Amino acid sequence: MEEKKSSKQILNELLAKHYADAKNAKEEGKPVVWSTSIAPQELLETMDVAVVYPENHAAAIGARKDASQFIASAESEGYSYDICSYARVNDGYANILYSEAENMPKPDMLFCCSNICMTVIKWYENIAKKFDIPVIFFDTPYSGSYQVDPSNVKFVEAQLEEAVTMLEGLTGRKFDYDRLKEVMQISNETASWWKKATDLAKNKPSPMNGFDMFNYMAPIVCFRGKESGRELFKIWYEELQERVEKGLGPWNDGTEEKYRVLWDGIACWPYLGVTYKVLKKHGINVVTSMYPESFALLYEQHTLAGMAEAYDSLYVLRNVDYAIDKYLNLSRDFQLDGGIFHSNRSCKGMAFKQFEIQRQMESQLGVPSVIFDGDQTDPSVFSEAQYETRVQALVEMMEARKGARR
Amino acid sequence: MSQAIELIRELSDAGASPKATIAKSMKETGKEAFGCFPIYVPEEIIYAAGYLPVGLWGGHPDIKRVDRYIQSFCCSIMRSNMEMGIRGDYDFLAGLVIPTYCDSMKAILANWWVAVPNAKPIPFSVIQNRASKGSLDFVLAQLATFRKAVGELRGEPVSDQAIEDAFALYEDYRAAMRAFTKAAARVPATITPTLRHLIIKAAYYIDKKVYTEKIKALNEALAAMPEERTEGPKVIVTGLLAEPESFLDLFTENGYAFMGDDLAQESRQFRTEARKEGTALERMAYRVLDQRGDTFYYEDDKSRGTMLKNMVKETGSDAVVVCMYKFCDPEEFDYPVYKKELDEAGIPILYLEIEQKMDSVESLRTRIQSFAEMLSLS
Repeated sequence: MEEKKSSKQILNELLAKHYADAKNAKEEGKPVVWSTSIAPQELLETMDVAVVYPENHAAAIGARKDASQFIASAESEGYSYDICSYARVNDGYANILYSEAENMPKPDMLFCCSNICMTVIKWYENIAKKFDIPVIFFDTPYSGSYQVDPSNVKFVEAQLEEAVTMLEGLTGRKFDYDRLKEVMQISNETASWWKKATDLAKNKPSPMNGFDMFNYMAPIVCFRGKESGRELFKIWYEELQERVEKGLGPWNDGTEEKYRVLWDGIACWPYLGVTYKVLKKHGINVVTSMYPESFALLYEQHTLAGMAEAYDSLYVLRNVDYAIDKYLNLSRDFQLDGGIFHSNRSCKGMAFKQFEIQRQMESQLGVPSVIFDGDQTDPSVFSEAQYETRVQALVEMMEARKGARR
Repeated sequence: MSQAIELIRELSDAGASPKATIAKSMKETGKEAFGCFPIYVPEEIIYAAGYLPVGLWGGHPDIKRVDRYIQSFCCSIMRSNMEMGIRGDYDFLAGLVIPTYCDSMKAILANWWVAVPNAKPIPFSVIQNRASKGSLDFVLAQLATFRKAVGELRGEPVSDQAIEDAFALYEDYRAAMRAFTKAAARVPATITPTLRHLIIKAAYYIDKKVYTEKIKALNEALAAMPEERTEGPKVIVTGLLAEPESFLDLFTENGYAFMGDDLAQESRQFRTEARKEGTALERMAYRVLDQRGDTFYYEDDKSRGTMLKNMVKETGSDAVVVCMYKFCDPEEFDYPVYKKELDEAGIPILYLEIEQKMDSVESLRTRIQSFAEMLSLS
């Protein structure tokens, strides 16, 4: 009997297929789209358009410590060192169109949703200019309030309708609204399995090694609307659930989960191994971050309006009270001992709120945290010594807190 | 001539001393001041409500308090504004609007509520996709929300008529500013780069009605003067803003003539004329939708490079000067794109990285000087 594949095996196979499918589509003369990570992929999936994700791609390049050549290419055109390194890597890749990590075919269209940051607006504007290709742009405005402004949602809905027309033009095919319903259903189920799986880290000990969650971020971006994605996250959930039932913690080598922390910000991809090992050495497990919720795009109304609201509701589009409530909830729900904040030079939007969030977690719930300097792909920012010292300081604070509670 | 000199002195002094000028304007008009963060906000609504809108474009405070909230890799204008907000410089303002043109501004707004709890900023959500069928309605909805918030602050709703009147005044002001930039390019020895900037900047601190009368009078006085030439290059200036003054002095000293600008603090504020038809609010919205070549609004054909090339051609300029504010994402993203287009057109570029608070501009002196020399040889 064939042995059941693990979710990690499936994940790797799916990712390989993902890039191969895009390559094949290009070779067959079909359009290829480059998209931001939390965009309304339902529309692309409905039209069966090949899509790849430059953020994931840049992360893969970063993790292979191969970002420097692409960054150098972008900087030779005048890109500043201060610009998001994903954007610099992607611009460099657009010039070179080859990497040792993974390869994305040259795009025929871009798909850009500004719900993650405003940086992607400028980034995609530039790539569109470089290749002289159209952009389907979803402007998801900032609400500046706790709740999402209804006029924003209406605006996003109008843009979804226009995207349908543009995709019909790109493919020369009619948009199938029945198929959209199916894709919406799958997308919501996949997102639910993702959420349920990542929520299992609420168990003590967590069955999940938090850095594993970083690995599953690529597939939640690429396969949210696909049956294969739904299957993958269901299997991942089942594996984790089995670990919970067996009382297994995050590690198989007997290392005990001594401290449970939140990791804030994107991973430091070029130093994934180092950042992980230093934590594990102290028995620190990352049990959550803001990503589980951000990727859990769930909507009850399977309509364009329902989608519009979901895509316009990310925490970064709301006020600071909303964000703080989310962090406090995570602190309670995941029984956090501490927090590690990645002051990511590439992500001004997240970084510039971290100091206040740290203070609120400390003052309202007594959860200590540290912050370290890094970057998601540019290897020149991170300092291992600084990271180690900060983690050491966090351990001391967490220990003191535990001592006080004993 | 003497009238021109008098007006130049008055307006440039006003632009050089924001605090004193605002105090004077408040006293003369009896109005309360309302702070406007960069880049663009619906000032007409603020004016219509009876406030004196004043621009908050940074400053030179010693940075002490802002480091508790924002890391160092944030633009100096936003960090300065935040520092001054926390230390109480803005306490005299009756209101404050913070729009969200970039990720840093969103974060500043988020922190403001916590760091400056006594000043409740009114957020202004900015459109980026201006080509959608929903764009006009979205901007109108934002304007309506803002109008309501300003009315509530004021204690009475802002009337349609007041908005119409304010809009007409602002259109008049903007037309006068467009005329001024043309007039200034005719007499660059009189209106030096430093004075040009200060005169334009003064509009942020003076009641628009008063300022518009003065700038019109200056335009007339300048028109009566004979055309001038300076010995340095004729340039178009682009970027967020061109400050500090000591930086502009380097251009003045080297005889540069600023033939036109694409600065967010200057011409981008007034270069787009409103459409003729519609209510004032509709015309305000269309001004946003119609603004071209502006890094703070998404544009699918990214026309800034073409626009700069045209500006160089139309004004007979020799080069483009880029004033790059460190950590300004939108400006930094645009640069490689228009640089390529200008390079291809054979237009020389002087790229200068600046911050509002520079301990010394001496490092830039040689570059500005040698660029002028290089152009004189070509």
